[in-house]
Amino acid sequence: MKQIYARTKTIQEDKVSGFCPGCMHGTVMKLIGEVLDEMNLVDKAACVLGIGCCGLQMDYMAYDNTTAPHGRACAVATGMKKANPESLVFTYQGDGDFASIGLAESMSAANRGENITVIFINNGIYGMTGGQMAPTTLIGMKSSTSPQGRDAKEHGYPMHMCEILNQLTAPAYLERTSCNNPANVMKTKKAIKKAFQNQIDGKGFSMVEIVTSCPTNWGMDALKALDYIEEKMLPEFPLGVIRDQ
Amino acid sequence: MSRVFMKGCEAIAEAAVRAGCRFFAGYPITPQNEIPEYFARRMPEVGGSFVQGESEVASVNMVYGAASAGVRSMTSSSSPGIALKSEGISYCASARIPMVYANISRGGPGVGSIQPAQMDYYQATKASGNGGFQMLVFAPASVQEAVDMTYKAFDYADRDRNPVLILADGVIGTMMEPVTLPEMKTDEEIAEIKEAKKAWACIGHPLDYANRSWIEPGHWKTADMQRANEEASRLYESWGKEAQAEEYRTEDAEVVIAAYGISARIAKSAVNQLRKEGIKAGLIRAITVHPFPSHAFEHIDYGKVKAVLDVEMSIPAQFVTDVEAAVKNRCPVETCLCSGGNIMSRDAVIESVRKILAK
Repeated sequence: MKQIYARTKTIQEDKVSGFCPGCMHGTVMKLIGEVLDEMNLVDKAACVLGIGCCGLQMDYMAYDNTTAPHGRACAVATGMKKANPESLVFTYQGDGDFASIGLAESMSAANRGENITVIFINNGIYGMTGGQMAPTTLIGMKSSTSPQGRDAKEHGYPMHMCEILNQLTAPAYLERTSCNNPANVMKTKKAIKKAFQNQIDGKGFSMVEIVTSCPTNWGMDALKALDYIEEKMLPEFPLGVIRDQ
Repeated sequence: MSRVFMKGCEAIAEAAVRAGCRFFAGYPITPQNEIPEYFARRMPEVGGSFVQGESEVASVNMVYGAASAGVRSMTSSSSPGIALKSEGISYCASARIPMVYANISRGGPGVGSIQPAQMDYYQATKASGNGGFQMLVFAPASVQEAVDMTYKAFDYADRDRNPVLILADGVIGTMMEPVTLPEMKTDEEIAEIKEAKKAWACIGHPLDYANRSWIEPGHWKTADMQRANEEASRLYESWGKEAQAEEYRTEDAEVVIAAYGISARIAKSAVNQLRKEGIKAGLIRAITVHPFPSHAFEHIDYGKVKAVLDVEMSIPAQFVTDVEAAVKNRCPVETCLCSGGNIMSRDAVIESVRKILAK
């Protein structure tokens, strides 16, 4: 019998994921692995992990990786790519990492048009540290540091990283996708593939923002979290290609 | 070998290029701007990369990235900028990534002054970042020494897979002196150095490679963390033999001056002047400030010495704590200090020696 579906080779055989039920890190990891496999890029992959739940995948993946200090993944990736242009350098960062503590590094790498790829996981909350407010937390959304819900007057508004980076001249490709249903998962895979291809073609900075869930810290079960993405997150963070040049 | 007249900062940068450094990232801060400026001009000529980062924090992390890809890499800054870089330096130490950085230090704390000082001693030798890691720290007293130390620093960094610090000050960084430059590493030598790092560098390894590169600046499991710290500790202990000092006219000295960097050079001049007057002064100059050259203080004849005089451009004194530990109460330890960007005067050192002898 022909095997048509298997665990991607880039996830270590003897490892079992420790992500929470309903978390989409595993889905995105699998997509990255499939894309690297299909594009025959595993031997070139050098991943820079952000801090937080993002960093947990270090234990599971089978390609080269390091962990950057909080927010500095784009700076680490800049040095890594310049030192070794033959490698496929990509960061894997969450919203706290990419859009808060690392905002300067993220925007500056994008502004320089560094030939790197950013996979940006946006679940609107700090996962690993226990559900604190992120720059992407929705207005009214409760977190452990906005227990009454995010109030714009006090905490500002959710940050839209695709749109912010779209103000810069240099970035080659900015797309926002989600993993809340099979169709969107396939679109996310396509976007990751395109972002990697851009790097191979020397086009410069590409970023895929993936709207995901954090059922544990959102305080809901995995299925309700999918509805929450559809009903609350996507109106705030509309999907689509923001920049493709 | 070429003999040229160069400013300290530029000479450090040229020495790094000659040692095979092919990545530099930095951020402007006085008095070390000539280092990034020199790299900006020089790197394209040798096929290397220069990046002016958006901050000190970003630039040291660019070095983390480049060095983890196996390329000899460097950054530099001055006191408050080094404080910002402490994050990346700690990560490099934890991840066992070889890199070199220079602190062309100025008055402190805070923004301090932009004039030369030696107020980063504790930071350089005791706590360059979180987590209790240690580094080899070289303290040049001339532009030539800054060149030689920088050139060698990359070998030490590669040998130990650990950051190495050149702790200079604004005088060394901005003065011009004639220097003999070391040989330029050939492309073949640089390729060999990079190849040697291939096994662990984060450059993309095949899945069937015996070990994927996993550059880890931390450990989730406490047992792994303890093992890593024990391994690092064994490395630090092995550095005892690297401690270097210059012992100058100490054999018959009645007052031994202890100093490092530019203060030691000024103190040496004071020793020469005092000797002309028949006063038996000597000098122990720490060439490495970490590990501290305690051995030099064992060579002193404590039967003859009235006091050891700590000379440093820091108030409160910092170097003195290591001097006191080495002297072990065998004679008094006095101090001659200035701070905030004032440069040590030879006359102040001479006066301090006279005071000790007059007691």
